[in-house]
Parts: sequence; structure tokens; C-alpha cells
Amino acid sequence: MPKDHGIGARSKRREDTRFLTGKGVYTDDMAMQGQVYAVMVRSTVAHGKIVSIDTSAAEAMPGVLAVFTGEDFAEVGGNPAGWLIHSRNGEPMREPKRPVLAHGKVRHVGDAYAAVIAETYAQAKDGAEALAAGTVIEELPAVIDMAAAVANADNRVHDEIPDNLCFDWGWIEDNREAVDQAMKSAEHVTTLELVNNRLVPNAMEPRASIGEYNPGTGDYKLTTTSQNPHMTRLLVCAFVLGIPENKLTVVAPDVGGGFGSKIYHYGEEALVLAAAKKLGRPVRWTAERSESFLSDAHGRDHVTKIEIGCTKEGEMLALRATTMANVGAYLSNFATVTPTYLHGTVMAGPYKTPHVYVNLKTVFTNTAPVDAYRGAGRPEATYSIERAIDKMARELGLDPVEVRRKNLLTPDMFPYTTPVGLVYDTGNYQATLEKSLDLADYAGFEARVAQSAANGKLRGIGLSTWVEACGLAPSHLVGQLGSRVGLYDAATVRVNATGTLSVMTGAHSHGQGHETVFAQIVADKLGISEDQVEIVHGDTSKIPFGMGSYGSRSLAVAGNAMNNAVDKIIAKGKKIAAHMLEAAEGDITFENGSFSVAGTDKAKSFGEIAFSAYVPHNYPLEELEPGLEETAFYDPNNFTYPAGAYLCEVEVDPDTGVVEIMNFTCADDFGNVMNPMVVEGQVHGGVVQGIGQAMIEQTTYDQSGQLLSGSYMEYAMPRADDVPMITVDHSCATPCTHNPLGVKGCGEAGAIGSPPAVVNAVIDALQRGGYTHVTHVDMPVTPSRVWAAMNG
Amino acid sequence: MTQVTMTVNGKAVSGDVEGRTLLSEFLREGLRLTGTHVGCDTSQCGACVVHVNGTAIKSCTALAADLEGAEVVTIEGMANPDGSLSTIQQAFQDHHGLQCGFCTPGMVMSAAALLKENPKPTEHEIREYLEGNICRCTGYHNIVKAIMAASGQDVSAIAAE
Repeated sequence: MPKDHGIGARSKRREDTRFLTGKGVYTDDMAMQGQVYAVMVRSTVAHGKIVSIDTSAAEAMPGVLAVFTGEDFAEVGGNPAGWLIHSRNGEPMREPKRPVLAHGKVRHVGDAYAAVIAETYAQAKDGAEALAAGTVIEELPAVIDMAAAVANADNRVHDEIPDNLCFDWGWIEDNREAVDQAMKSAEHVTTLELVNNRLVPNAMEPRASIGEYNPGTGDYKLTTTSQNPHMTRLLVCAFVLGIPENKLTVVAPDVGGGFGSKIYHYGEEALVLAAAKKLGRPVRWTAERSESFLSDAHGRDHVTKIEIGCTKEGEMLALRATTMANVGAYLSNFATVTPTYLHGTVMAGPYKTPHVYVNLKTVFTNTAPVDAYRGAGRPEATYSIERAIDKMARELGLDPVEVRRKNLLTPDMFPYTTPVGLVYDTGNYQATLEKSLDLADYAGFEARVAQSAANGKLRGIGLSTWVEACGLAPSHLVGQLGSRVGLYDAATVRVNATGTLSVMTGAHSHGQGHETVFAQIVADKLGISEDQVEIVHGDTSKIPFGMGSYGSRSLAVAGNAMNNAVDKIIAKGKKIAAHMLEAAEGDITFENGSFSVAGTDKAKSFGEIAFSAYVPHNYPLEELEPGLEETAFYDPNNFTYPAGAYLCEVEVDPDTGVVEIMNFTCADDFGNVMNPMVVEGQVHGGVVQGIGQAMIEQTTYDQSGQLLSGSYMEYAMPRADDVPMITVDHSCATPCTHNPLGVKGCGEAGAIGSPPAVVNAVIDALQRGGYTHVTHVDMPVTPSRVWAAMNG
Repeated sequence: MTQVTMTVNGKAVSGDVEGRTLLSEFLREGLRLTGTHVGCDTSQCGACVVHVNGTAIKSCTALAADLEGAEVVTIEGMANPDGSLSTIQQAFQDHHGLQCGFCTPGMVMSAAALLKENPKPTEHEIREYLEGNICRCTGYHNIVKAIMAASGQDVSAIAAE
């Protein structure tokens, strides 16, 4: 019987009521007294020298109040990368300054070099046009293609970086020789070159920021579309503007999706704060979608050669990946960790492969910065591995399912130390594989092939078995690897005098449903109604210092912090109860919202204990402080390792190359599930983002650096009629062994596991249809690409 | 500036607008009805769908000055008179048809228009009709399911309930 409340229940989301009635409050929905509008002036060339900016015409426009250029921020700090990566030769990465506004040079189309502030949005826009007309930028040759960027030392994105290389990283360098040897002696080596296509995250709410300054107190306030308000505050204060952290409040209110793109601090946030101080009025900026395409951090953009050395029977002996990763024109906050530690460390996949080595060159180009996008490095790793293992099976004449059965880690091998530095705590990869085959009626597939053939279509099936590392986390480990921050999280549980709870979390919800699910956990543990629990997030003046939500970390890290804070509440409640019930503390038990003396009928309700803590008339004041409020910081000792098996079935029209997904099946292991409805929704959304990457999404710059896919007219977003219903299952659960809730992250899974399943299915359809020369088609597998591959 | 008068969610409203003021801007900035969202600048995303004289339109495609005398309904006008969620809104909550909520107002307005035209749409018809509403969170699965449920169809057989 499913639970109707608490942990594991399909509790309906409380946040839905406001979103469904138009009462959500997103940043751009707020109106501030005396507000004025900022419009950014952005480069129209990919690479250029700023020769002169004549601001006088803009300043003379009606309503224009101020103009800012890069010169105004030349003396303040830059926006740093969050991780310091070292090259194989021990040198630290090259880290050019990323200014608030471009100064001296512009380095990508959309690079903001000025801002105009005016009384109305229209006036600011008109002023920005006037300013652009008064600007002389001498266009320089653009560095777009990664291979050319590294080969041509004369053409530089940053003058001080001769080969446009940020770093050349090896993981694990000590494995290199053993991998080389194993490749040489392997009976068979499969080689595949592939592109992990560049994507734009496209949260539906464009970025927006409002800066405020109180001249009376010197306090700043930034309301912004952020996934992690405390990190934004830290970056603005400690690195960019030098504001004392206690003088800046950052609020991330309702945020309309993030998918990684709103983790980072962007220059517009510093601009509106500086402008608010200068003008003494609230300054607001909201991106148009075209600006989002030009200036949000993009995702993926890897070019990879992957090799697998194996036996003729398909036993994998060694895996080697050589990748170039594009970071764009500047280093966004997670740009250096995404292609390295979020990619190289998962290149063993869910397999027993003893020898794995990854070499990664990270390259500057005159394109928008590239950073973490849903999955962040792990989709790139999974795509490489899962495409290569499929190709290997085909080359050996083996069934791709059997090859995976042969190579998957078995349940008795956990905890398992991978050759690339991770320790998988739990998993049952056989269970999720068999579950997916069962749910997708794999046994009936051949009959469906015949049916499709009768309709003139080629049917194929593609499998992806994956594992990822998420719940970003252990500070001691990430510190060794180069992280410049800790990755714990925090929760404060405040029991109010009347027994209701205010729970402040460092995680931030931008669609994940924290207000509901965290309340389920707290209520379940305390034996009270979910309605009694309020979840507070997104405001640095209210919440404890937390690191926000990304990397599938909300529940795995912040949720466990909350669990631990509730445990402290229960522990203190037991002391209060012991006093009130005149019993020893050790004799007090807590169950179903009641503190009782073991073996007796003496008991106090949770509400009575809360009241006593705040009205301490009968209270052990000599030993115990009044009040009932506890904070816990939680720093896990490992990542969590969700895993799963995804099956995609497609039909290809041989006349046109059009691919249609007939069904998609996911069997996931997320450990313990707090709210199945929310977890299913996360998987649906992630899978469709992965299908989008595999089938239609593509960010294209031409060789001059112009973004050709700069709106929804050119960038194909998955729409309702592009995708099928998705079968999801999370019954094959192996709870995480190192966090109290036994949970693993689920937010990125769908986007990680799905792209190779789609492409594997397309290749399978073509192979079965007699197009045996087609062994790979790069994503997105558009009709023209598929048709060209078939007829090439 | 031109003065325009229209009925929005049953109330007579008026305001001064520039010739270039879009209906979406008039609703959001002029009337502070911020439930109508703007997610793009090319009339593709559908977050701004409202009903004008009974027809669903993207409010970024209409000039406010052209709508003298029009009857406009926005997401703020969709709940039942007692403030409770309407059948469609309730179905979205019941079936988890929204996550971040940003596209949701447009989805609900489009769904309402669809069900008016076609009281029992098939899954295929729903997907076709929603072609102009982009959602990045849900993968559409639960949106489609919610609309089928709101039309009184049994959705218990659809995957992942």
C-alpha cells in the first residue's frame, strides 16, 4: 500500500498552486519603487579590438541616466573559475581575467562591453543602440575551430595564451602506460571518433537581475535568477566587487529552470549592483531570449576519439579517450571541472575494465563560455563509452546486451574502486538491465521489426547502461582535486513555539519541488503533518550558508543536512521530555510525534515539547538552553552513484532519414526515493533533454564566429510532438551506504543515460536494414545526416 | 501614447500605451498581471499565451493598441470563482504537469483552448496542439497526461503513474 504522506509518498506539490494561478514571483515579476532599466551593449563580432566608445550620443538620449563601459570596472576583480586544474606537466591552467564588462577586446559575439541605464526599458534600448553606433571595434580573425585554435599560435583569444590551451590534463596519468600496453596486446581494438554536440541549456525563464543599494546603511541587495545564491554572493563580494559579504543579500526567488546555466555568476549581476549604487535607484536587467543564446553558458562541445581494447569474446581490457573540450572565450565558474573531474572520473562506466586513461585538452575559442549543463561531463563520458561498446559488439559479431552482461560490475564487487579514482558504494547493474529489457518487451522486439518492415520502416533498438557520480560533495576530496570551495550543505530547523516548523535550506529549488519533498522528510521524521513544515530557500539573509542546487546534490547533500538537523531537534526534545516526565534521558523514546518513557504510558507530544522550549517554566534551564532550533552542516564522504539501463526503440524512414522514437524505457537505481512522482518527473525531463541532444539540438557558429542558431527559430527545442511517453522505473534500488537517507541523485540521470540509447538505436536500425557501412552518425541525428550516412 | 480600454479577467481596464507596446507588456507592466510570462522574443515559446475574445493567442504577437474593447483572459482569471483550482489546473497539479512553473501559464491557457475545441483529444492531438508551447522541465509526459485527465479520460494505463 503506497504511503499517503511522508517519505516515499506521492505528495502533491504545494508550490504548484501559485505557479498554476499566475502567483509565482520570478525576478522579472517584481516591481521596485523607483526602478530603472539596464540594457547591455553586446559585441556583434566574435573577436575585436575596442578602438573607441563615444558615449555622448547615448547619454544625450531621452531618459538615459548612466552609461557603463569596461573602463568603469577595470580596477575591480574578475569572475574566477571555481576549480584550479593542473596540466600533465604540472603547470597550472591558464586563467585569463573575466571582467564585468569587456575591456580592450571583445571575445565572442554577445560579449557585453557596455551597459545603458534609463528610466524605461525602451529608452535604455534606444540608448544602447546609440552607444553601439558610437563604438568603433576593429574586427580580428576569430578562433572558432578547436583543432585550429591549438595549431595556430598567432591567432589568440587571449594575447597571453599563445596556443589557446587552458590545460592538457591526464586522468589518471599513472594509468597511461598500462593502458597503452593493454591496447597493444588486445585481440581487438575498437576506435570511434565522435562529437558531443554543443547545446544551449535554455531554461524557459531568461536570466534577470535586480540590484538595490541602501545609501543609509550601505547594504546591497541582488535579486537574481540563481541556482545558488550564496555562491553568487561569495563571488560578487570576494572576487569581483569587493563588497563585504555581510553587506550583500542575494535572493533567488522563484526561478524558472536552471539546468546548470544559472549556477554561475554573470557580469550583469555585478553591473546592476554597481549601477544601483551610482544612481541610488533599483536597477533591473532581464535578458531577451536572443541574449540568452549569446551569453548564457553553453554546454557539452567535446570532440573525442575513444578506443576500447578487448578480447574476441568482448571482454573489455582497456579504455582510452582523447578529448578536446571547448571552454569558449572565458572560463565560467565550473568550466574547468566539468570536462575533467566530472568526465574523466566516470570513464570506467559501470564496467570491470581494468585499465582506463583519459587525456583532455581544454581550448579557448571566440565563442560563448561553455560550462556545466544538466549532467555536466557525465553525459559526455557516457555517450563516448556507450557508443564505443556498441560499436565494439558489432565489430565482434556479438549482441550488445550480452557484451554488457559480460562486462558489468556484479553486486558482489561493491564497494568497487574504479581505475579512475572513484569508489562506487552500491549498485546492481544486472537488475536494472534485466528490468529495462523486461519493461521494454525486448523479447518481442523482432516481431516489431517485422511489423515496421511491413510498413516500409527500419526498426532498431539501442541500449545504454550507465553510472554517474553526483551529489557534489566531499570537500576533502574536491579540495585535493582543485576545488576552490567546499561542497557541503546546510539546514536550519526552527521549531516554532506553536509546534510548526520553519526549515531553512542551502539548496535552491528551480523546479525540483523542494518545498514539498523536504517537508515530507521533516514531517515523516517528526511524526507531524507536512502542512506544519515550511521550507525556506533562496535568500542569503534567511538561510544558512549552503552551496545551492546543481549536480544532483539537493537531496543527497542538503537533504541529509536537514535529516541531521532534525536528529538534533529530536535529541534536544528527549532532554526536555526527560525533565518534564521526570525520567532518565536514556529512557525516552521518540516515535510518531510523541516522546515517551519506555515501558510506561507517560508521554509528551512534539507540540508540548516545542511549547516548553519557548515557555520554559518547567524546564532544565540550568543544563539546557531554551528554544528549539538546530543547524547541521553535512559534508558527505563520497559522491552518490545512481545507475540505470535505458532502452530506446526507433523507426527510421529509409526514404527520408527521419527518425521517430517509438518508445523509451528507463530502469534507474536512485537508492531510496522520497517522492516517486517528483523522481519520475525528473527522469522524464532529463530524458527529453537527452533526446533533444541526440535528435535535434545543435549550436552552430560559422567560421567568423557568428551564432547561426541564436533563437528558437533556428535552435530546435524538443516540443511535445517530438517525443513519446516515457516508461520509467526505480524499483531496483540499492540504497546509498554513506548518507543517512540512503539516497542518490536523480536530477541529471535522464540527460546522462539517454543520448547513446537513441544513437545506438538508429545505428541498429540502419544495420538491420542493410546499411552495414553506417557505424556512426554524429548527434543530432537529423534526417539529413541519417540520409547522407545511408546514401554516402 | 494611445489610450486603450479592454476587459481583462472580467474587469474593465484602461491604460496609455505606445504604438509598440505588446499585449504581453501591457499585461505585465501596465496591469501587473505577471502570471503571463515572456520566454522568448520570436513568438515561439508560448509562455505568454492568453485568450483574446475566446481564442488562444501568444500575447507577444498582439499590440495592445489594437485590442480596444477586447475580452482578455489570463492565467490569473482561470481559477474557479471561489479561488479553487479549475479542472485543468487541478489536473496539472495531480499529475505533476509542471516543475519550474515558468511555461505553465501558457500551457494551461493552451490546454483550456484545446479542450474547448476538442473535449476528448487523443495523446497525438494534444501533442500536436502544444507544438507552440515549449517546456524544458517535464519532457511533456505529465503535461499530456494532465490534459487527458482533465478531459475526463482514464490515464491510469499511461506509463509511470
